[in-house]
Amino acid sequence: MITSNNLQFAYSPEKKFTFPDITCGDKETLLILGQSGKGKTTLLHLLALLLKPHSGEIHIAESKVTDLSAKQILEIRAKNIGIIYQKPHFVSSLTVIDNILMSNYLANRSQDKNKAIYLAEQLGFAEHLSKKTTQLSQGEQQRVSIARALMNNPNVILADEPTSNLDDNNCRKVVDLLKTQSGSIGASLVVVTHDQRLKDEFSNQVFL
Amino acid sequence: MNLLKISVANLKEKKLNSFLSALLLTLGIGMISLLLLLDRQLDEQFKKNIKGIDMVVGAKGSPLQVILSSIYQIDAPTGNIPLAEVNGLKRNPFVKTVIPLSMGDNYQGFRILGTTAQYPAHFEAKMTQGKLFDASMEVTIGSKVAEATKLKIGDTFASSHGLDAQGDAHGEKKYKVVGIFEANGSVVDQLVLTSLSSVWDIHEHAEPAGHDDHEEDHHEADPEHHEEKQVTSALVQFRSPMGLMTIPRQINENTSMQAALPSIEINRLFSLLGVGIETLRALALIIISIAGVSVFISLYNSLKERKYEMALMMSMGATRSRLFLMLLMEGIMLAITGFFTGIIVSRIGLLLFSKAAERDFHYSLSEFSLLPEEIFLFLGALVIGLLAAALPSLGIYRLNISRTLAEE
Repeated sequence: MITSNNLQFAYSPEKKFTFPDITCGDKETLLILGQSGKGKTTLLHLLALLLKPHSGEIHIAESKVTDLSAKQILEIRAKNIGIIYQKPHFVSSLTVIDNILMSNYLANRSQDKNKAIYLAEQLGFAEHLSKKTTQLSQGEQQRVSIARALMNNPNVILADEPTSNLDDNNCRKVVDLLKTQSGSIGASLVVVTHDQRLKDEFSNQVFL
Repeated sequence: MNLLKISVANLKEKKLNSFLSALLLTLGIGMISLLLLLDRQLDEQFKKNIKGIDMVVGAKGSPLQVILSSIYQIDAPTGNIPLAEVNGLKRNPFVKTVIPLSMGDNYQGFRILGTTAQYPAHFEAKMTQGKLFDASMEVTIGSKVAEATKLKIGDTFASSHGLDAQGDAHGEKKYKVVGIFEANGSVVDQLVLTSLSSVWDIHEHAEPAGHDDHEEDHHEADPEHHEEKQVTSALVQFRSPMGLMTIPRQINENTSMQAALPSIEINRLFSLLGVGIETLRALALIIISIAGVSVFISLYNSLKERKYEMALMMSMGATRSRLFLMLLMEGIMLAITGFFTGIIVSRIGLLLFSKAAERDFHYSLSEFSLLPEEIFLFLGALVIGLLAAALPSLGIYRLNISRTLAEE
């Protein structure tokens, strides 16, 4: 469950953003649509606590997460938020499975190898686990980053343009996987995109 | 999955860069370590054999040559001196002992040294088998000679003339082995010791008069001057330091001999070598600094490429200090690898050097344990690895996560 109220952010006095309030309950999905330059990524970074809003509040799992110390924010993000980026990025020197397990490790949790393998099977890349991430196709890479985001059973999954680099076939696959997987762990799924193909896939929508 | 594993994976990912950094460190550390080893062992070898010898008298010529030939048995002697003059030294109240040496023959490259029982006594050589030479043509051999030539007690052999193994053989007269010395690390190990009279005998009988006039050949007893016995040189020990003040000058001014002081000549030799060693040491330090720069550059470059990875890991819960530590570990691992391979390389170098020294001079250098100085070398390598990794890695603390993630 994630909600925001009166979020405002400015990179400079000329470049100010005021964002509409959003609410996304557990097991619910929310699509945030907007053209580039409207502050989609900024909003996602605010929700992911990577940026500090100038004003406004964010609640994750019913508790206020704005005005916390850097260390607390780090913990909350590692524990509650799974992020999927537009271009899937990995630690290139590590294998696929190590990249997935890194979520556990960096959040100071025990490394659940069985879960990584289970997710890989669910998302359909189990045969690639010991490969380097660069050997995978874009669609496969995006699925690996979904698995990585799910490893810590986050409360909220934030996806930044998860489908913009994918063809129609992979696009549908990834969206379906995102929805079913976030539903199965009871997380809120917030997708930020300009990809019009996703319009029909989500019932809750916000326009920037 | 842990920081160490990620560091190792990162080093492996940049194999050539890591290899270059480690190689440079290996070279630098190996060179310094080898210099330390050589320095220490040469010093030991030279000091051990010089002990208790205050002065060497020999024919006029280079004093360094007199020392090298008479104490270390590695250079040709300068010539001969009359035994009478050597014995005259004994009458000086400041002189404690005079050990006459007579050389000129060899067996399979090992020098045959005519001397008195005082010589092995001076080097504290003990017998493992048999007895000390006594009668003419009896020899007692050093441990290395026994090992290399397989001579046993009771064996006889003919010597070759000169100091090289290729000299003409004295076929008629044969030496007889009567004893073998225990290895004690001194020059005795590589010598065949016999009495002075053996050397005189062999040359009186074996060679026709006026055999040759080569300077290289030192006939201890020239057949033309039977009555005047000669030796090559003599090792002298003083009773008091007062001897050092007066006797060398007396000898140089009043006799046909020359006095050489081992301590002065060896210091001179070391200061000559020292220039070379200093140059090599400076070169090694430069190589180590370049290794540091190489670690710095490769980490700096890879960090630029990995900026996104760092931001990603931070968005997943990694603290900046944790990532900083991870990068430091990469530098430290390179330093440790470089240090240990360097130490191994220096030992291999010493082994090769020792083989060459053994072949040419019968001296062996075989101390392969870790020197105390090398612990400082290890700390030095760690500091270089740490510094070279820390400088570029400080950028982690300035990384803007949101901007880095948004830009790519």
